Amino acid sequence: MKILVGIKRVVDYNVRIRVKSDGSGIDTDGVKMSINPFDEIALEEALRIREAGNAEEVIVVSLGGNECQQQLRTGLAMGADRAIQIDTDEPLQPLAIAGAFLKIVEKEQPGLVILGKQAIDGDNSQTGQMLAALWDRPQATFASELVLNGETATVTREVDAGLETIEVDLPAVITVDLRLNVPRFVKLPDIMKAKRKPLDVIALSDLGVTTDNQLKTNSYAPPPVRQKGIMVEDAAQLVAELKTRGLV
Amino acid sequence: MSETATEREVMEYDVIIVGAGPAGLSCAIRLKQLQPDLMVAVIEKSAEIGAHILSGAVIEPAPLDELLPGWRDNPPPICVAVEKDEFSYLTSTGKRKLLTPPQQNNHGNFIVSLGALCQWLAPQAEDLGVDIFPGYAAAGIHFTADGSVGGVIIGDMGVSKAGEHKDTYMQGIEIHAPLTILAEGCRGHLSKQLIKKFSLDANSDPQTYAIGLKELWRVKPENCQPGKVQHSIGWPLDKNTYGGSFIYHLDKDRLAVGFVCALDYEDPEFKPFEAFQQFKNHPSIKPLLEGGEILSAGSRALIEGGEQSLPKLEMPGALLIGDAAGLMNVPKIKGTHQAIKSGMLAASHVVKNRDGKGFNAALRDSDIMAELHKVRNIRPGFNKGLWRGLITAVIETVTAGKLPRTLKNHADWSAMKKLSEYEASDRHWGTRELPPRDRLASVYFAATEHDEDQPVHLQILEPDICVSRCVEEYDNPCTRFCPANVYEMVEDMGNEIVGEGGGEGGEMQKRLQINSANCVHCKTCDIKDPYQIINWVTPEGGSGPNYQNL
Amino acid sequence: MSRTLIIAEHDGQTLNPSTWKCATCATAIGNEVDVVVLGSGIASIASDAATISGVNKVIAIDADHLKNPLAVNDAAEVVAIADNYSHILGSSTTFGRDLMPYIAAKLGVNQVTDISEVEGPYQFKRPIYAGNAIIDVSAPDNLTLVATVRVASWKAAGSDGSSEVENRDASAAASSHTRFVGVKSGGGERPDLQTAAKVVSGGRALGSKENFELVYSLADVMGAGAGASRAAVDAGYCPNEMQVGQTGKIISPDLYMAFGISGAIQHITGIKDAGTIVAVNKDGEAPIFEIADIGLVGDLFTVIPELKALLA
Repeated sequence: MKILVGIKRVVDYNVRIRVKSDGSGIDTDGVKMSINPFDEIALEEALRIREAGNAEEVIVVSLGGNECQQQLRTGLAMGADRAIQIDTDEPLQPLAIAGAFLKIVEKEQPGLVILGKQAIDGDNSQTGQMLAALWDRPQATFASELVLNGETATVTREVDAGLETIEVDLPAVITVDLRLNVPRFVKLPDIMKAKRKPLDVIALSDLGVTTDNQLKTNSYAPPPVRQKGIMVEDAAQLVAELKTRGLV
Repeated sequence: MSETATEREVMEYDVIIVGAGPAGLSCAIRLKQLQPDLMVAVIEKSAEIGAHILSGAVIEPAPLDELLPGWRDNPPPICVAVEKDEFSYLTSTGKRKLLTPPQQNNHGNFIVSLGALCQWLAPQAEDLGVDIFPGYAAAGIHFTADGSVGGVIIGDMGVSKAGEHKDTYMQGIEIHAPLTILAEGCRGHLSKQLIKKFSLDANSDPQTYAIGLKELWRVKPENCQPGKVQHSIGWPLDKNTYGGSFIYHLDKDRLAVGFVCALDYEDPEFKPFEAFQQFKNHPSIKPLLEGGEILSAGSRALIEGGEQSLPKLEMPGALLIGDAAGLMNVPKIKGTHQAIKSGMLAASHVVKNRDGKGFNAALRDSDIMAELHKVRNIRPGFNKGLWRGLITAVIETVTAGKLPRTLKNHADWSAMKKLSEYEASDRHWGTRELPPRDRLASVYFAATEHDEDQPVHLQILEPDICVSRCVEEYDNPCTRFCPANVYEMVEDMGNEIVGEGGGEGGEMQKRLQINSANCVHCKTCDIKDPYQIINWVTPEGGSGPNYQNL
Repeated sequence: MSRTLIIAEHDGQTLNPSTWKCATCATAIGNEVDVVVLGSGIASIASDAATISGVNKVIAIDADHLKNPLAVNDAAEVVAIADNYSHILGSSTTFGRDLMPYIAAKLGVNQVTDISEVEGPYQFKRPIYAGNAIIDVSAPDNLTLVATVRVASWKAAGSDGSSEVENRDASAAASSHTRFVGVKSGGGERPDLQTAAKVVSGGRALGSKENFELVYSLADVMGAGAGASRAAVDAGYCPNEMQVGQTGKIISPDLYMAFGISGAIQHITGIKDAGTIVAVNKDGEAPIFEIADIGLVGDLFTVIPELKALLA
């Protein structure tokens, strides 16, 4: 089967992001951009499935302008077979992204679509679930373990209560959580090989996906600064204060 | 470097350049301009080009005009023409403007971010066909059968703190090339090894360095005058410590603020980071920064030995360029133009001669060396203190370095006096309010990151010395000269897990704790440690600071 | 028509506190509020939901196949009644995060994630970049608003409500393509550090691995998770998994108690979204006191035993 992996170009997780002083956006001037860390985990999982002989092809897909080819090439260097850039300069939200993915899914007919559970910029955690809904296929979100059994997959999910296991029929959408795996390093020679792997560019406009009715971002602000609170004299006062606040 | 049983995979190039700074990138660009069919690779340990490099920086553009004519129509993102120079002498309470020394006349020069400059150079190199590999550390040298340099060994990745292979283990490949060009910058670790192995410094004075600390601030608009270049000497340093401050006014209400202290200082208790913070709180400086915020911060050693300390720049199979060689013009406080020129010279030499041989003579015959020669006595003049140094500087400037004398440089590590021998005096330092409150807070702005489960890259060659001799003789100065709070003397019950020289528990004992994850790769510890037992090696590729616009 | 539907979260026995918080957010939005409880054998949960202040009606859909929540099944029920509502809210817990986007896509609308503040019926504030920026967003007011409510930002609603419970049959049959297999609770005696509502944390001042028992025992008395600063982990006093901070875990408990932790910015980054931060430190100048809600300058070796006694 084929596995489709979505990867997003995001501000590197090490960067201290800063809100522009006029509140119009995030200052991304000269900042390092990388593959969304959860997407790397997703790609790693896909590669392991292929290496175990359970898939023939891993395709990485990204939406964005030509800059995202940098991340697609990194995906190819990690081991993906083919890359698709859905070319658009418009900032897209998960519903449109899921809609675009659906078009690729309909064309490529993968057995699995593996996505990161959320992108570290928007923190939406929606795309995988929306794709599952539009495609009418199962979703298994926040996966920390994935076992393939022919036509089905058993997925262990990290939920607030602990670990939940579900079984899904393929094809299905999986979104991955941090503990699923640790992505491999890229070998230098593979960076060179990646330059020769296929990278196709499809215009978003050719896919017939609507981008109407997206949410509008009115302004950006830095988070509120925590202020100094009160001081207490001893343990007894501390406990009294905690009790008053209903914390113990 | 691990010994490996399995053969490493090999990639081959015509030239391999270690370090994607201005020297390395200029060399790569020039090589491809002169001979497009050359296979050239640049290896860079930082995860992103520019992430490990920082400098003031005011640069002389002439070499860029030669390398990339037309660059002025498409300048690097931070590039502000110098409008005004100011040079001052500070006391703890006052400031007196002095005549700007001719070397500090920056008319025609540009204030840049060296990191942003490198980020701007890299795609231009890639467009010419250079393969640039950020995120990979050249951890060792590959030697050919006859003992010459045959390339580099990329560091293994995915190795645990205990030295075991993690699930992600990836053996580093070897990159072989008939010519390896070391452009690691000041106190590069491979350069250090090779200088020793080939005795390249046999006929040079000891090398001498400084530590540079820098913060990029966004300040209130009224405090920024784009193009203004300010330098100071005097307080907070004493007259026996060479160094001073810089404030460069950029665009978008940004100030590049920094401090340089020569590492031949004598006081074992001296704290370079604190000197920088004291400077910022000087009554004439503090108002500029109040109400502002720190965008980015970092530290790096500078190389100050100039002509006298310049080692031989060639060895079988390899060359040294840029600050890996040591080409900074100290009175100008500029090394970037020299680095670019040396990169270009190496490239043209190699293409013309099909060999690195003769590069050493070529550089020594060039205007790069002439520039160093002219100012050779100025820095060592300060070894006798601030006032003698200033007088020497005036004389040497007026005579354009033509006097038939060459003052000698001394090593930094041996300049530190023992506690028992050093007489401390009042530095007139006070309490201060501007951020960052301490080195740990400062390191936050360097965005430095190391996977904590990897071998400690700061090798203490004789750890017993820390808790026995050093604590008595120098009071563990590494805990003070490191700008990132990597070294701490911790007193606790001892622990089987961690600690150099720690006990097995039972009683309170001092031990050296190495917070290697804080390291910003400045190399100061490798330079200044009085016993020379700290050996900095490269951590896993991609680790280290993530400087933005420094 | 302006009416809000809250999708209740429960574990088969009790209503999750997240639902009480959704109710507060719903009140801020201003419409009439209904709660839908999906599950099997949910009568007592439904009557609990009926006590939430500000709720107009509880819809209880009880069916065998709804016993363990699966997005496909729960969504089918919600979509069947969605026409009656202008707003549909779930919580930012794993339950809500799994379900709500699926519903939104079925309804053909975008979703607002993690509402931290309500500015208007279709305008909200929410965190992005792990809370390092807050954005103000507007959703189209002519379409159903689907959103998750950021649990850490809202207080629980009161329990003086008394709405009616309406029982309905499920609209859809069980989906065939997804099947619940089982769930295992976190394991370990102590709540998981990442999700614990209360956390007790220790710094290097504890001085040894043995002394960390003080942290663990206080955590156990309080039913809290246990954490540590990087300095304590680096010194070998406790395992790596306990590290809270920029390079460790980023957590947002309702209560975070830091003992002997100086409050370096790297540590504060890990707890900046905590509800209440309590700091106990011998050094009155420690930076942690600048951001602690309750500070106590004192010796942790005295204070912790006292707290244990008072809270036992």
